[in-house]
Amino acid sequence: MDTRTQEFVEYVQAGGQVESGDWMPDDYRSKLVKFIEMHGNSELMGVLPERDWILRAPTLQRKLALTAKIQDEVGHAQLIYRVVEDLGKPRSACLDDLVSGKAKFHNVFHYPTKTWGDVGVIAWLVDAAAIVSQKALLKCSYAPYARIMKKICWEESFHILHGRDVILAMVTGTQEQFELVQEALDRWWEPLMHFHGNPIPADEDPMYVWRIKSQGNEDARQQFLEGYVPQIRELGLEIPDPKLRRDDETSVWSYTEPDWDRLKAVVTGHGPASQERLAFRRLSREQVDWVSRIVLAEAA
Amino acid sequence: MTLVWEVFRQERKGQPFAHAGSVTAPDLSFAELYAREQYGRRQESEALWIVPREGVHAVADFPDEFDLKYRRVDGYSIKARLKEARERAGTAVES
Amino acid sequence: MNEQAPRSRAELLLELADDDLILGWRNSEWTGIAPFLEEDVAFSSIAQNEIGHARALYELAARDLGTDADALAFDRRPEEYRTAPLVELRRLEWARTIARHFLYETADAIRIDALKSSDDPEVAGLAAKIDREEAYHRMHAELWVGRLLGSEDGRKRLHEAVEELWPYALGVLDDELRPELRRRVEAALGWTLPEAEPVPRGHHEAELAELWEEMTSVRRSAPAGARW
Repeated sequence: MDTRTQEFVEYVQAGGQVESGDWMPDDYRSKLVKFIEMHGNSELMGVLPERDWILRAPTLQRKLALTAKIQDEVGHAQLIYRVVEDLGKPRSACLDDLVSGKAKFHNVFHYPTKTWGDVGVIAWLVDAAAIVSQKALLKCSYAPYARIMKKICWEESFHILHGRDVILAMVTGTQEQFELVQEALDRWWEPLMHFHGNPIPADEDPMYVWRIKSQGNEDARQQFLEGYVPQIRELGLEIPDPKLRRDDETSVWSYTEPDWDRLKAVVTGHGPASQERLAFRRLSREQVDWVSRIVLAEAA
Repeated sequence: MTLVWEVFRQERKGQPFAHAGSVTAPDLSFAELYAREQYGRRQESEALWIVPREGVHAVADFPDEFDLKYRRVDGYSIKARLKEARERAGTAVES
Repeated sequence: MNEQAPRSRAELLLELADDDLILGWRNSEWTGIAPFLEEDVAFSSIAQNEIGHARALYELAARDLGTDADALAFDRRPEEYRTAPLVELRRLEWARTIARHFLYETADAIRIDALKSSDDPEVAGLAAKIDREEAYHRMHAELWVGRLLGSEDGRKRLHEAVEELWPYALGVLDDELRPELRRRVEAALGWTLPEAEPVPRGHHEAELAELWEEMTSVRRSAPAGARW
């Protein structure tokens, strides 16, 4: 590593912040773009499993709340892609790479949604898992990204409340409604355990070295379990992992080791809904391409 | 055609306008519409300023060669002299 | 059905509420797939506002009918909705969407205007509130119409879309308000619209039944009165 890069590493590890016009090592820039782009892709792909349920929401209030939540996610995608654009990659290139399968998006958005129970579980628990990571990103060394994370975290806090409210209504409703939640939880538990990524030690994770991420994967997962397992169990729901338990002395949660090969397969486009979702996005983009040509200089 | 517009928002009356982010839009009317949405749909802003990106001129280097502390509060330390003056006037307070 | 027959307050409110609910539902179909992200966010607010207006209108009607807003929105059979066919059409194509948005907002402005001077203070008050929010919808529609008219391709697409939807747009309003609709739309677009037979309320497009199936699928999965 040359001196300038070494100084840069020391600078960011000491809490230094980087702006879009500052010098940065090529590796930092390319890892940054890839990381932030994946986040943008995830917000955008995350809309797809949920949008159908706007149309099926069983009350006017739920319809409005769910529409507003998904609107926020689209808004987050806008904020995030703007950061990527200012790092030099146009939005259209990001979307090209997304629909061609070249660029990745988070595992949870490769799964189908089957019932209104999924709507509650996603808004509550998937968003909760995401907010653990997002709070850590508030300290990202790249300042434009850290700044948008503030708005994103603020907006996500409503989503979790909405999700929890949906779940609470169902677990205090009919037996069938309770079972819808339990069944959804059974399906979503593995993706949730995968969410924070495999337990690579923080100092071996280049994202952490560059302080793009300020928290290791396992740390994030433990935070999620610590915060949410008690909340899930107090509703009378069962978590489908018999090995899940907390060591009260160390405060560490142990669990059945997730299948990390399966995670890799999912994020490389082999999840149950990956191809269908990408095809949908590809098609809808083609259908509106003419609009961007008329309205903006480049296709969105 | 200007595509990127910077948005500044004022959170409450009397507060300064702070940079909030940017939107892409083909003209000012669309930029206003989109800025209202991204930074005001929750009634979270008192007001917005929208500026084409080229309208923002960035400045980031300031020479720091000589001791300019005399221009700042931290350039003045009166503690020692104040103690001396009080002792002389007999008004020193036991601490 | 004689569309000119006098309506009760509840019947009138249900026309407006059903139009807003179904159009809001249609506009929500663009969530996540609008032409670009900034527009996706903006159009979603418009869809939410429409559903919000529907909710307020249902709440007022519900008091007259002894029920609640959600029951009116979701627990009627498709044939009981008082929607104008314009809002029932499934048109997930941007030029059609903008054309419908523009035509509907123009028609809605005319009828809301009339309601603002209603003798009924509750109706007049609600109409005024709706109108204040719809000012932004009209601004949005005008911006898009202007943008599309500004290019040859856009103009052609908008023209085609308006020609197709014009008879349906007329069907949103009562007879006596239709000439005003024509006047405003022709002024905004800059061309003369053809003579057309309005497609009025009273019969439903096939698409409404499909929409209703999906819209009520979760609700119908639990007994009446279940909490969600």
